[in-house]
Amino acid sequence: VGRHPHTLFDPVRANGLYNEYMDQLEYAEACGFDGIGVNEHHQNGYGIMPSPNIIAAGLARRTSRAALCVIGNSIALYNPPIRVAEEFAMLDCISGGRLVAGFPVGTPMDTNFCYGQIPALTRDKYYEAHDLIMKAWAAEEPFAFDGKYNQLRYVNCWPKPVQQPHPPIYIPGGGSIETWDFCLDHDYNYSYLSFGGYKSGKALLDGYWDRVAARGKDDSPYRAAFAQIIAVADTDAEAEKLYAEHILYFYNRCLHVYPGFADPPGYRTISTIRAGMLDQLRADAQRRFATLTWKDLIDGGFVIGGSPATVYDRMVEMITQLRIGHVFCLFHNGDQPDWKTRHSTKLFADKVMPRLRALWPEYAGDDRWWVKPLASRVHADETFPDARRDATVPQ
Amino acid sequence: VTGAVTSGATARVTTRRGVTSDVLVLGDPASPPLVYLHSAAGHLGSEPLLERLAARFHVVAPVWPGYSDHPGEELLEDMLDFALHGSDVVAALSLGAAPHLVGHSMGGMIAAEMAALSPSSYARVVLISPLGLWLDEHPVVDIFSLLPFEFPEYLFEDTAAGAALLTGGFDFDDPGAIKEFLIRNSRRLGTAGKILFPIPDRRAAKRLYRVANPALVVWGDADRLVPPVYARAWADRLPDARVAYVDGGRHMVPYERADDVAELVTAFLT
Repeated sequence: VGRHPHTLFDPVRANGLYNEYMDQLEYAEACGFDGIGVNEHHQNGYGIMPSPNIIAAGLARRTSRAALCVIGNSIALYNPPIRVAEEFAMLDCISGGRLVAGFPVGTPMDTNFCYGQIPALTRDKYYEAHDLIMKAWAAEEPFAFDGKYNQLRYVNCWPKPVQQPHPPIYIPGGGSIETWDFCLDHDYNYSYLSFGGYKSGKALLDGYWDRVAARGKDDSPYRAAFAQIIAVADTDAEAEKLYAEHILYFYNRCLHVYPGFADPPGYRTISTIRAGMLDQLRADAQRRFATLTWKDLIDGGFVIGGSPATVYDRMVEMITQLRIGHVFCLFHNGDQPDWKTRHSTKLFADKVMPRLRALWPEYAGDDRWWVKPLASRVHADETFPDARRDATVPQ
Repeated sequence: VTGAVTSGATARVTTRRGVTSDVLVLGDPASPPLVYLHSAAGHLGSEPLLERLAARFHVVAPVWPGYSDHPGEELLEDMLDFALHGSDVVAALSLGAAPHLVGHSMGGMIAAEMAALSPSSYARVVLISPLGLWLDEHPVVDIFSLLPFEFPEYLFEDTAAGAALLTGGFDFDDPGAIKEFLIRNSRRLGTAGKILFPIPDRRAAKRLYRVANPALVVWGDADRLVPPVYARAWADRLPDARVAYVDGGRHMVPYERADDVAELVTAFLT
């Protein structure tokens, strides 16, 4: 307060950080991860990625195998949201069908306070944006869209995504009943993204799986994804020594959101309030975050940290208890230096990840919520075999 | 109804749009009719200004959709819907003569829009610390990012009494009651947000030239929510308006300065 943001944001430092973070994501592909992920937040000191599509475009050119998980575009904020249909289709084409398309409603701070959307109408506008995007991808002919929030006389999405009928759709949610039903109506993946960790996420995922059962859907764990902060070192003690200061910096400092921005009236539906599904970034959780210790983080499940053996045990606990097929592994936190992030990423990839792949044998091969890239696709450093790579006129 | 108001009867009307509204009714039906539109806080446990106005007027005070147990607020989505709903309620009440139109805060914003749409439907217009204009140099406080305990200091001279009035003796130690409070608050301010969020300006300024009615703008000169400089901004944009300040009054002058406001309003309307 009292200091102008221009004195707090250092663009020269950002030049280094953007490239460092993108390098780390590319490194994750090299380590063997199935996907690399980016997301959208605005005017928030803990991140510098208001436009995940720009980062994903860079990653699309510098990677060749990993899924590009854009989780996602807050579609009620794009005006008109046909922009999302276009940019996601571009990403899917550039990457040869590696896009995972996330459609979050967006946090209140992003959606309402930074981008000015009316809280009580945000969800309605979100649904309309979704309908427009999906129709734009599917339509064979131009159509007119007479929406409440978007009137477009000519919708003619160009390009179209590689993955048909559409890329896998992930819906990040904070626990609203409407979001669960929306995922199940359309068979989209439900992603619970928080920094609250797997122990506090259990009740919420339990609610989701109850809803899945009540709706008569199969219980494939791949219907759900969960984000978890992970920190791997050679020993448990070494993990604390290497990562504690950075993860505590993240929780106790970077996660601060002014409580008045947490929950504007009208953002949450009445049925969600009635069900008591209030997410992790509420005011009480904020106060708790400000005073956490490393032991709190480990004991509370906020962080899965330690030796490869410890991390493996707790990953199994998380994956089986929450019944999740996709884990968003968060390896970079706060002011963690590049080498530590890579160290943790590599140890996890080499010593933990391979043993986690066979945890759901009854659903082995269930790829309904995963990318389907072109078998033969073109990458940045390749062109068609007979194409020339210099400027010489063909003889 | 949102709370037990100390006196007056509650009528119920259903508009032609199909929205059912409770209407607080006070005073002699033979007196000149006066329509009063409440603020974003809704009717509170006591409505001292309405009680005083009832001595001279037939006061009808609709409870806004979202502010009562009736459903229907989802039918109102933008400023035009709000203004037409107000007009529909007035029509459904069959008041006989063109009523005076009085609104406080959000209610003043709606009243101004109703008068701009149909000036001849109303006699005189009184706007008490209305929302609805925006001056870059004098930003209105963002009520949607205030924490509950912060409201009294922006609204009231006597913050303790104001807090009690806003919460209505609510028990914040009862989890069930807290949930009901959250639901009530979400419905009310969620509805209000359709015309107040993120900036309480739905471009009334370009329509106020139509409000030819004699108008009075009342403002507490110590208003901390909507700075008193806005009184002049309204008067400059209304064709026939005068301004009256309540010395030392905050935003909730109808509650804390009911005598002063009733005297100003009655003098202007009679």
